[in-house]
Amino acid sequence: MRTLIILAAVFAALALVPLFVVSDVWLNIAIMVLYSALLGQAWNMLGGYGGQFSFGHAAFFGTGAYTVAVLQVQYGINPWVGLFAGGLAAVVVAAIIGYSTFRYGLKGSYFALVTLAFAEVLRILSNSVPITGAGVGLLIPLQVAPSNLQFADKGSYYWLVWAMALAAFLVAWWIGNSRFGAQLMAVRDNEDAARALGVRAYSVKLRAIMLSGFFSGLGGVFYAQYFLYLDPHIAYGASVSIESLLVPIIGGIGTLFGPLLGAIVLHAISEFSRDLIGDIPGISLVLYGTLLVVMVLFLPRGLAGLLIRRKAAPQTPKKTEAEHA
Amino acid sequence: MPPSGAFSQFIVSAMPDLAIIIPSVLNGLTTGALYALVALGLTLIYGVLHIINFAHGALLMLGLYAVYYLNTRFGIDPYVCLLIVPPVMFALGYVLQRGIIGRASHGRDENILLVTLGLSIVIENLALFFFKSDTRIIDTPYSFEVIQILGAFVPEPKVFAFLGAFVTAGLLWALMTFTDLGRAIRALAKERKGATLVGINADHVYAMSFGLGIACLGVAACLLLPSYYVSPQVGQGFVLIAFTIVVLGGMGSFVGALIGGLFIGVVEALSGLFLGESLGQIGIFAIFILVLIFRPTGLLGHKV
Repeated sequence: MRTLIILAAVFAALALVPLFVVSDVWLNIAIMVLYSALLGQAWNMLGGYGGQFSFGHAAFFGTGAYTVAVLQVQYGINPWVGLFAGGLAAVVVAAIIGYSTFRYGLKGSYFALVTLAFAEVLRILSNSVPITGAGVGLLIPLQVAPSNLQFADKGSYYWLVWAMALAAFLVAWWIGNSRFGAQLMAVRDNEDAARALGVRAYSVKLRAIMLSGFFSGLGGVFYAQYFLYLDPHIAYGASVSIESLLVPIIGGIGTLFGPLLGAIVLHAISEFSRDLIGDIPGISLVLYGTLLVVMVLFLPRGLAGLLIRRKAAPQTPKKTEAEHA
Repeated sequence: MPPSGAFSQFIVSAMPDLAIIIPSVLNGLTTGALYALVALGLTLIYGVLHIINFAHGALLMLGLYAVYYLNTRFGIDPYVCLLIVPPVMFALGYVLQRGIIGRASHGRDENILLVTLGLSIVIENLALFFFKSDTRIIDTPYSFEVIQILGAFVPEPKVFAFLGAFVTAGLLWALMTFTDLGRAIRALAKERKGATLVGINADHVYAMSFGLGIACLGVAACLLLPSYYVSPQVGQGFVLIAFTIVVLGGMGSFVGALIGGLFIGVVEALSGLFLGESLGQIGIFAIFILVLIFRPTGLLGHKV
């Protein structure tokens, strides 16, 4: 309950940001922080609480983004409808990936690679079929109106992504405090033991990937409405998948505030480095990669691991040699 | 490489006959041999260390740039580079494993995957910064020579690469079978504790195996460049293909990597022929997903 109050206080404070920050540049950074936190929390539901590391969250993100864009551009359907359709389409993709992988007991590195391959298949498909505009991409026509999910001021976009992030963090809190979450974490820590106690590992993981997919899809919807442009590389490319996993890894996977902390730190570092060395293409990715290596090497439990060191966090049991083979 | 889109559209509409299929299959086999070379290193690393090296494509790209600059700056023939690039790549692999990758696992395989992913991002984007995103090729006297096989013309460099893949696989097999290092590697792969007890330095041998796997990429780079190109992103295309081959052939199996490589090469060539270039790549990923889901130990591997 105490965490829920802290969560409410943090998001209440975050809601006030547009009232005090007038500079569009800073507001844009704040938007991108919440957007990263949303993607990171979505990944965290499956990767952090569930222990299933996905390398292909772009599959969900891109599906959400393309759904809202295609519905608008090709069928003239209102993006508010597209918002939910995008989330649901991502859930369907998540269910397909979850069904085909968890059903056959794929986990660890295999699961990571299969999710990556799914994202690649979707990228190639979206690059080939006319409905997504193929390689040219899709440009959402500029029609600024709240009924159109397009806003003239950055403040409204901020509140949109704030609301999405709030929903994601509430669900993450619920995972951390519910029977379902306890089962999910039991599967993460020791699947065999959890099954022996009657946890239906397959269905628990399947629900986790669907929740994760939904919020990743919402992130995609937000991206499409904010930037009004999509192409296969943006939607299904590797950078979204990388950002999704990097944010919780920096902040602390399997923790409620890890993704927010990670998003803030990530953007602070990348803005700082941009000021320091200028806007060289690819340099932010060099930074992301370095951060990933450094975090996994020295702080595998993220920054949150530093803060809650005195609380003995559950350690994943070291694998025996037999399990490796 | 698959033919151009317009051409394959034509093929789809016409009934394909052997005159088109044979060159396509030959092309696929020679490309597949190169894939097999890349996959050999990956499968060696997996078989011994039980880790998946995500930076494999990025390291291949580094090897290709090494060959490119040795050739354009110093005029060294790519095949002479075989004496220089693989040993350098070996050293690089040794240092990477001992200095970074070996320390990262913390008991979870996924951590290795994350670290090698991070390394590949760093290497690729540094390459983008230093080498720019231009696609580069080298010019050799034999680049455009062809050899006639079964009525089809195959470029000479591709034939060399095809033979080179088998020679490399043979050498690796000999090394694993007849040398002390090979015995130590196999012992470590089977039973780490026991191997350590009889005096094998695990960290050293692990790093040697990783180095050998990366040296294979050096060989692949030398054989690949005369008939291919290099750009900072060139490795990305190889990563998933090499994984597919390794999974298909059974993780850790050399013969599997060779057969898997040739098979994937042919599949790519044929699906490019029938589906068109951009959609043709799906064939490989479809195989990858299906094999991982239904038979993660590979077609030739044993059931765990």
